[in-house]
Amino acid sequence: MDDLQSILDEFLIESSENLARLDLEFVELEQRPDDDDLLSSIFRTIHTIRGTCGFFEFGTLEAIAHRAENLLSQLREHEKRLTPALTTLLLETVDVIKQILKQIEDSGSEGPESYDELRTHLQAACDSEPDAARAQDSAGDASAQTKPDDEKSDDAEPGNAEPASAELSNAEPGNAEPPESPEATAESAVPEDEPSAVSAAPEAEVAAVLPPPLDAPPPPDAPVTVNQGAPPAAAETAESKGRGATPHRSVADSTIRVDVTLLDNLMNLAGELVLSRNQILQHSINYDDASLTATSQRLNLITTELQAEVMKTRMQPIGVVWNKFPRVVRDLGQASGKQITLKMEGEETELDKTIIEAIKDPLTHIVRNSCDHGVEGPSDRVAKGKPAQGTLILRAYHEGGQVNIEILDDGAGIDVAVIREKALQKGVITADQAQRMGEREILNLVFAAGFSTAAKITKVSGRGVGMDVVKTHIEKIGGSIDLQSAVGRGTTIRIKIPLTLAIIPALIVSVGSEKFAIPQVNLLELVRLEESISQTSIEWIHGSPVYRLRGKLLPLIYLNKLLAAEGSAEASAEGSEEASAEKADGALNIVVLQADDRMFGLVVEEVYDTQEIVVKPLSELLKGTNCYAGATIMGDGNVALILDVVGLVQLGCVVNETRSQAITANERQADTGVERQSLLLFRSGTRRLSVPLALVGRLEEFPRSEVEHAGDRDVVQYRGQILALIPLAQQLGLSPAAESGEDEPVQVIVFSEGTRRVGLVVDEILDIVDEAVTIRNQHEQPGILGSAVVGGLVTDFIDLHYLIHNLEQEWFSGAAANAETGGGILIADGSHFSRNLVRNYLEMAGYQVLEAANSQEAMDRLQRERVDVLLSRLDLPGEGPFELLRRVRVEPQWHSLPAVALASGPEEMAQQGEREFEFDDYQMRFDKDATLSSISRLAAVGREPQLAEQRK
Amino acid sequence: MENTLESGGAGASRGNRQYVTFFVSDLFLGVEVQTVQEMLLYQHMTPVPRAARTVKGLINLRGQIVTAVDLRRCLQLDDAPPENELPINVVIRSEVGAVSLLADSIGDVMDVSEDTFEPPPETLSGVAQELVTGVYKLDGRLLLALSTEKMLRREAVN
Repeated sequence: MDDLQSILDEFLIESSENLARLDLEFVELEQRPDDDDLLSSIFRTIHTIRGTCGFFEFGTLEAIAHRAENLLSQLREHEKRLTPALTTLLLETVDVIKQILKQIEDSGSEGPESYDELRTHLQAACDSEPDAARAQDSAGDASAQTKPDDEKSDDAEPGNAEPASAELSNAEPGNAEPPESPEATAESAVPEDEPSAVSAAPEAEVAAVLPPPLDAPPPPDAPVTVNQGAPPAAAETAESKGRGATPHRSVADSTIRVDVTLLDNLMNLAGELVLSRNQILQHSINYDDASLTATSQRLNLITTELQAEVMKTRMQPIGVVWNKFPRVVRDLGQASGKQITLKMEGEETELDKTIIEAIKDPLTHIVRNSCDHGVEGPSDRVAKGKPAQGTLILRAYHEGGQVNIEILDDGAGIDVAVIREKALQKGVITADQAQRMGEREILNLVFAAGFSTAAKITKVSGRGVGMDVVKTHIEKIGGSIDLQSAVGRGTTIRIKIPLTLAIIPALIVSVGSEKFAIPQVNLLELVRLEESISQTSIEWIHGSPVYRLRGKLLPLIYLNKLLAAEGSAEASAEGSEEASAEKADGALNIVVLQADDRMFGLVVEEVYDTQEIVVKPLSELLKGTNCYAGATIMGDGNVALILDVVGLVQLGCVVNETRSQAITANERQADTGVERQSLLLFRSGTRRLSVPLALVGRLEEFPRSEVEHAGDRDVVQYRGQILALIPLAQQLGLSPAAESGEDEPVQVIVFSEGTRRVGLVVDEILDIVDEAVTIRNQHEQPGILGSAVVGGLVTDFIDLHYLIHNLEQEWFSGAAANAETGGGILIADGSHFSRNLVRNYLEMAGYQVLEAANSQEAMDRLQRERVDVLLSRLDLPGEGPFELLRRVRVEPQWHSLPAVALASGPEEMAQQGEREFEFDDYQMRFDKDATLSSISRLAAVGREPQLAEQRK
Repeated sequence: MENTLESGGAGASRGNRQYVTFFVSDLFLGVEVQTVQEMLLYQHMTPVPRAARTVKGLINLRGQIVTAVDLRRCLQLDDAPPENELPINVVIRSEVGAVSLLADSIGDVMDVSEDTFEPPPETLSGVAQELVTGVYKLDGRLLLALSTEKMLRREAVN
């Protein structure tokens, strides 16, 4: 019985492999319906299943396979042509066969379902063309078929035929063969000249050993016996001939099946061996013994080789996963009425088995997504001037110890604006973040948790795994995923994954007394700054250290500071207490890393060598830290943590942000009214001018030839719109810059507000600086807010509102809707500068603005004037913002006055406390868009009292 | 390892349980013997910056990496004074793999009778109420039964 079971197992394994191939072949066949080789191959697979299941007395399966075989046989005889409907029917059949096989695997029997409907359909398809004689008796048909094929294979070169028969013995009737029969070998040894005889032999043997297993419905016993053996052989041989160039599959003798767990164990042992090797190597240095050195060197080499070889045993081509995609794409295309061609490049790219398994689901999801949401319907495509047939390309290749997988479609692409909108709406990002994020970052928000762009959930996607799960899966195996898209042209998703997970090369660094491993895939280069220059070459931007690496700014993260940061009082307790930035000798080691396509420098104390380390997972208890990818055991037996570079960057950003917040807070305390700001410096005529960077949309250069005239104004075409240009020099009454360089481009600062844009023509963009400035108010000249010392020189701050207002009446007619309410917005803010800045953008949006420097002033203005919205800084001088709010709220007339708090940073924003009243909204004060949208919302709908409650 | 104290076999009579006991500050705690994998003297630990306060570090237990959790901190007690001896490891098996609990010093493996068991008094406050499943009234002292399961679940959440 055990024998029978093992034969059955073999049958199941073999069949499922063959069936997987069938999906692929059917889809190919649909494209090349005349490919006889393909048809033969398909026929053979079905036939083998039918034959074998007769042996196992699986009646239903046999009946279905039989009918499918009949149909295929008609196709092969060119009695019918393959139509999509037929393909669908046949694919359905394959699915049912898979289902039954699964059932057999689980329970040992076929199950009660008889699939009558499918049988009827198949029969109907067979009968649709009146060629009953052939269709009726496939056995006769098949054996008739055997004849010519046999002749063909006799003609074939012997070399071609040989592997066929060898494989046959292994793969086909061999299944049904009791393992103890010695004839597998005997058979392989039989010369190749008589394939049909060879293959018939085992069948006879089987029949002899296991007497009457043949239930055999339609065809009589005898033909079946022949049938089972012969036609596959014939077909196989024919195929060998037909596809002369097809690489021969491995010969039975040279391969064995091995249980995967055995390979896993081997892999683990190899890992342990690598560790021990590392330890021995480290020890052997301490002994001056030639033979020990020689032995350990040899051990070193052998271990490395062994490890590489063991690794290879687990490699599988990525095609294993891809094989099912043609079917998936075809079915999706059929279901949604789209035409999609799937191209696959680099199927042979090999990956570790565990990784192959890990990427299976994410890849399927992406492919489904691309078909469903990416590629448009044929009519849409034609309307856009694209070929009706969409193309989906899967591409895999090795690069730098990693595997890149790309999924490209030429579909509709993803609209950044839509994503941004959606992300804001779903609260995935804040308005402030939205403004700072680049297009690429925004696109990649589709991977954020809680985000699904599918406007409607279709049958195909929108269920099961979301893109965030895809990302999690990919990252779990140390990979990264990136998305690029051009609207109308398509989307590319690029996945980078490591070849293997178990053993990786890593750079060992240290901070304090602890060593850390950095995966080499993230490593770009090492920079060492000697003491003499280490102090001067690190520069600071707003509290963030940077280093100029070949002229480009490299943001730096100090590992010791990062790790010593809040949440790890523990770190210091164990000895890395001295959180000094540099090591004792004053030199600075920068490890230049790449994560998420961003480059940054990690400042560490010591850099050691690179080692092969064995990655061990961290306990669940440490999952929340986000900055470790695992741990490993070092040569000295101690544990070292493996840094997760992507996590580090994220942490680094957070750390820098909060630190810079702390700095601004300190400075504010020291000197109210003086603030660090990002300022854009430029020149117009001889004037050195400045505008807060927060207001600037973009900096552009236009060739002078592109400047056109509309009415009395200069304009350029910009992003499909007309951009009005304001010549600044002229506006300020400065001597126009010598219009010397006709060929020099025009420097334009673009300010944008919603869809409206205006360009300010300046002579030269000088710099962007971060400085604490004190503006002296001097309204001596219209168009200038005041001046301040910036970078050691007196600089004028331009009054954008005035300038734009002066020239761009329609800007404000467009914005008039905002101002319709007639009332004003009261800004309560102690800082003159910040008040001006906020005022500037509010006025640009068309609001009337009132100002108050402290809470008393605010109350006074409220009494005197009509105010629609109250904006208050959270660090308002006087009694403070909450006291102001309380005083406002207790007055019945202002009970419903919308009040928005402006914070200087996330820290301030997060400050919560026991308060009687809450502001209706909290915004970052320089987040123009978010603040404006908050104001317009509140002004339109009035206060929503529940909003205040929610915050509590 | 030579300092391994392999927890003894069954032998617990009916109605009795075996507890591995240890001291943490002035508490006399015990965990059931089946959950304990082994006990070790102090091991070198690799600290894990940015981890929860209660995670003291990682130890190399014969090639297996084990997270060491500070019981004092889990129970919200003060840190051990510096003059104290180095903590010992009580390595337990758990859902999240082996975890080492750091205790001040080791007690015995004790047979305790179910008759002496009582649920924790309701006045027990905070974290103790959650983590102590009951009290065994022994001669002259009280043994607090510690639920490692609850404790680790609590840590995993944090």
